[in-house]
Amino acid sequence: MGVLWTLLLAASVVAAAVNGRMAALTGAAAESAGKAVTVSLGLVGLLTLWLGLMRVAEEAGLVAALARAVRPVLRRLFPEVPADHPAMGSMVLNIAANLLGLGNAATPFGVRSMQELEALNPRKGTATDAQALFCAMNTASLQLVPASVIALRAGAGSRAPAEILGATLVASACGVVVAVAVSKLLARAARPAGEG
Amino acid sequence: MAKAALDALSAWAVPLLLAGIPLYALTRRVKVYPAFLEGAKAGFETGVRIIPPLVAVMVALGMLRASGALDALADLLAPVLGPLGVPASVLPLVVIRPMSGGGALGVVGDVLRSDGPDSYAGRLASVMCGSTETTFYVLAVYFGAAGVTRYRHALPAALLADLAGMAAALVVVRLLFGG
Repeated sequence: MGVLWTLLLAASVVAAAVNGRMAALTGAAAESAGKAVTVSLGLVGLLTLWLGLMRVAEEAGLVAALARAVRPVLRRLFPEVPADHPAMGSMVLNIAANLLGLGNAATPFGVRSMQELEALNPRKGTATDAQALFCAMNTASLQLVPASVIALRAGAGSRAPAEILGATLVASACGVVVAVAVSKLLARAARPAGEG
Repeated sequence: MAKAALDALSAWAVPLLLAGIPLYALTRRVKVYPAFLEGAKAGFETGVRIIPPLVAVMVALGMLRASGALDALADLLAPVLGPLGVPASVLPLVVIRPMSGGGALGVVGDVLRSDGPDSYAGRLASVMCGSTETTFYVLAVYFGAAGVTRYRHALPAALLADLAGMAAALVVVRLLFGG
């Protein structure tokens, strides 16, 4: 990530020089930094609320029950995660919240999943196969209803704002399938000989 | 009918969870309030831990946008994506979608205004945006929270998934609504 990040910064400066937009960069850097904190603070509230509620659900045995119900599917996707590990419960909640369109709750559960997967990580700080796959699935948009896009369409005076639902579902599914397939393939390719 | 059911589901889901989980926990004799505060404290600390990686990623992407590099990239892609059926107004979306959620919604809004929401371009932009995610943001938040700095194959896998979602959007919109 260090290399990519440095390259992004360097590319911005080079491109700004070519396009004669150097003056805009300083402002953009400051504005983005401020926006990142605003976004984070919104997340802080959601994380506090939902992970508190999740702790209550855990102590009531709800999370474990839910994880048991979908264990067969998740075990196939994440064979290296023990079936009764708390990461399984968090991942189930993340996927369920995504599917239901509860984006506000999906992020806290996803974040918690990543932390619990990190507890299983023998090389701290370097992504495991399970973490990479879980992230790729989340970036492929598991949500069933793209509420913000439908709202935009309604605002623009569409005759049928929600008519894109079916097409979005199919396209999302393609993205998720590719995310899983590519993650599995790259994980195998990246693994040093003799391991796994 | 289906839409009304969906609206009702999304309106009821969160309030029901917020009331239902503590209620159920009470019947199981869980000490509800201390449990909530314990989880909430960990959530709060995680939220603070996410700030530095998110600032790092968003500053780099914000500078990239301001530098004009993304517009140049979109121009570069135009001769390839144009013949494949991506209208010029939708092109910026392909580049900006993984980098900025707000930027992507801005492009979709522009397309809906210029081409109309029920046009080919309007539908394509809607489906492309709805079927993908702000990849860099999700990776920064998720890996940042876990303290992971080496992403390994997560970024290429995620970007390829975005690409697949957009390609699928192109095909599906043509099949369902016609080009």
